[in-house]
Amino acid sequence: MVSGLTVGERQRGAVILVVLAIIGLVMAAAGAERDDPIQTHGFVILLFSFGVLCLLLKDFDAPEPPADRLESYYDDPIKAGIVLSMTWAVFGMAIGDWVAWLLAFPDMTFDASWASFGRLRPVHTTGVIFGFGGNALIATSFHVMQRTSRARMPDQFSAWFVLIGYNLFCILAVSGYLIGITQSKEYAEPEWYADIWLVIVWVVYLLLYLRTLARRKEPHIYVANWYYLAFILVVAILHVVNNLAVPTSLAAAKSYSLFSGVQDAMTQWWYGHNAVAFFLTAGFLGMLYYYLPKRAERPIYSYRLSIVGFWGITFFYMWVGSHHLHYTALPDWVQTLGMTFSLMLLVPSWIAAGNALATLNGAWHRVRDDATLRFMMMAAVFYGLSTFEGSFMAIRPVNALSHYTDWTIAHVHAGVLGWDALVTFGAFYALVPWLWKRERMYSPALVEVHFWLAMAGVLIYVFAMWNSGIIQGLMWRTYNDSGTLTYSFLDSMIAMHPYYIARAIGGLLFLIGVLVGCYNIWMTIRHPAQRTAPAGDTPLPLPAAPLPANPQPAE
Amino acid sequence: MFRTHYRIERKSVVLAVAIMIVASIGGLIEIAPLFTINETVEADPDMRVYTPLELAGRNIYMREGCYACHSQMIRTLQDEVERYGPYSLAVESQYDHPMLWGSKRTGPDLARVGGKYSDHWHAAHLTNPRDVVPESIMPRYAFLRETLLRTAHLPDDLRALRRAGVPYTREMIAHAAADAGAQASPGDDTAGLIERYGEATQVRAFDGDEGKVTEMDALVAYLQILGKLSSAAQAPQPAHIARK
Repeated sequence: MVSGLTVGERQRGAVILVVLAIIGLVMAAAGAERDDPIQTHGFVILLFSFGVLCLLLKDFDAPEPPADRLESYYDDPIKAGIVLSMTWAVFGMAIGDWVAWLLAFPDMTFDASWASFGRLRPVHTTGVIFGFGGNALIATSFHVMQRTSRARMPDQFSAWFVLIGYNLFCILAVSGYLIGITQSKEYAEPEWYADIWLVIVWVVYLLLYLRTLARRKEPHIYVANWYYLAFILVVAILHVVNNLAVPTSLAAAKSYSLFSGVQDAMTQWWYGHNAVAFFLTAGFLGMLYYYLPKRAERPIYSYRLSIVGFWGITFFYMWVGSHHLHYTALPDWVQTLGMTFSLMLLVPSWIAAGNALATLNGAWHRVRDDATLRFMMMAAVFYGLSTFEGSFMAIRPVNALSHYTDWTIAHVHAGVLGWDALVTFGAFYALVPWLWKRERMYSPALVEVHFWLAMAGVLIYVFAMWNSGIIQGLMWRTYNDSGTLTYSFLDSMIAMHPYYIARAIGGLLFLIGVLVGCYNIWMTIRHPAQRTAPAGDTPLPLPAAPLPANPQPAE
Repeated sequence: MFRTHYRIERKSVVLAVAIMIVASIGGLIEIAPLFTINETVEADPDMRVYTPLELAGRNIYMREGCYACHSQMIRTLQDEVERYGPYSLAVESQYDHPMLWGSKRTGPDLARVGGKYSDHWHAAHLTNPRDVVPESIMPRYAFLRETLLRTAHLPDDLRALRRAGVPYTREMIAHAAADAGAQASPGDDTAGLIERYGEATQVRAFDGDEGKVTEMDALVAYLQILGKLSSAAQAPQPAHIARK
């Protein structure tokens, strides 16, 4: 992969890695002076830069890559992104299942601080959302932006900077929680220096995307790109505002949030819910809008519905964060706005889901026969169901019951396992044979096995948590005849035990499915190429050749 | 409308700017007024700040991820008020950078846990929750008892919070490290601490061991102050509690 970089790009990479290593060394030294945990992160950065530098130096003296590379897409970072994404999936979900067992059997923490539920839980959420989801989004966005623009990305360096830099951020995040470095802001736990690093990576990502679009040979920007652009732009806004903080010292990891109390609560949930909206929804809708029509070999059902759905989601979502704060000290007017917009949000959400499902009209026999397409179809179904559930839970009296309970956990996992993970697996199973130039996945039967393991896992998980959540909510508010509360908090906790075990089993099934997927992808990569031009992937047009078909909306 | 879009989607920068504008409106309208409308946070002239020891305890609470399972926000619902106490007011967390209202109750709400149990109970419960509550599923935090509290850099913490808007005085910042130790050492000279933070400041060996100041001291000191920084919520509350 290094030999595909130009000599200039290799040199630029080496310089950046050396600078990064020096920054790591300075952080380690400054942290050691104060005996601050930032020193561990200094060493992490140092080791990380050194490791990547070793990989780079292995082929540093290779000759310049041939000039004909410019006649094809640049896919190396996409391949690496898929492998990284699956690795994070196994890691994040394994930790998730482990902490699920901890809730049933709490003494499995070895009396070690790093092994407690409180420290491992963000390792799970970050590992899955940012490690698995983020790498999947970056990898597929590199593929989609090139294919729908029919243009090679402008350089080979930026994509690697984004991918490797982003994974450094994820490693800093996850290792930080284990040693007690956290801002405690849900889904934005990494401290100030990791946040600043992510801003740098993100700016390069945005520029790479816009520069690739600027080279496009299609007059129109395809709808998948709107979603990926919204994902990049809005996540940048959310990340910067939510992470405004005052560090205690430049040599210390600890910082204090700039906002406090009610303003901080609103900012955090404005961020929190829109991380769901623009990370876990918009980006994955971009994925769905490309890979589903490609795999089904059908154009998107309606161009106009795509437009209404996209702008509806972009506008409405940003208002709904306050539905996480119903009946709290947040002023009522904000709660009411949040609830109202949450209900309106159902319209563009179902437009987006319906548009995807209607695209399958005329291709349902493929859904029956092809587990890859079925992954994406079920993802759209779960997307529709969990957006309905989300709007329902945002209604104040419903939220009075559901908030603080496992129902929220059921909802989140219906979304992340049922929607985000399924569409990612569908996209990967389509993408892997295209990128590695194989006729098909190593074993279509194993794709089928993965599909049913995932389905069983997510359904067991979600039904267990619905039950436990609703029971909890009802027990907390049950009064007896004399007008006092019937159950102690402890009663409600004891009642959860069987559901926590069922949930952990559901999660385990889902994880086994992912392992099957990893094996299948690995064997596909290892098997020799059967054909040079795989069916399905859009080729880069030669200067004089007519443009082949691309998934553009109907009408 | 669709014709306009037909043009917009041919220009990437126009599309990008349009996305940023459309996405910014909701946040601007919902968040910005919270900083300018005075009624958002009730006035309480007697509201006090966290002492350095309590602040260190709060940082341990965050470090261990306690907020993942315990909320600190009693909603305006009848059953919550009866179970946990008067519903939470915005003023009570006005010095909380960041807030720890939480989103999940795997364990009970802690907004008013201060004073509900003895120090001894807390220390025993944190050491092994199942010694006190056999059915508990909380992790054990025995290591807090062995870990000495690091106080040397607490002035930096108070200074950063002062920059973010918490009214810590110069004296408070200068004496932060010593005050943290003094609050857990009733035998020491605590006159300065009381003078700076008020008569109600709780000075005790929170972990039951006077000899050393541990992370257990800090965390228990923090838990024992929860709900007690302001008495605003104890005043008769307006009757808009939602009944089922």
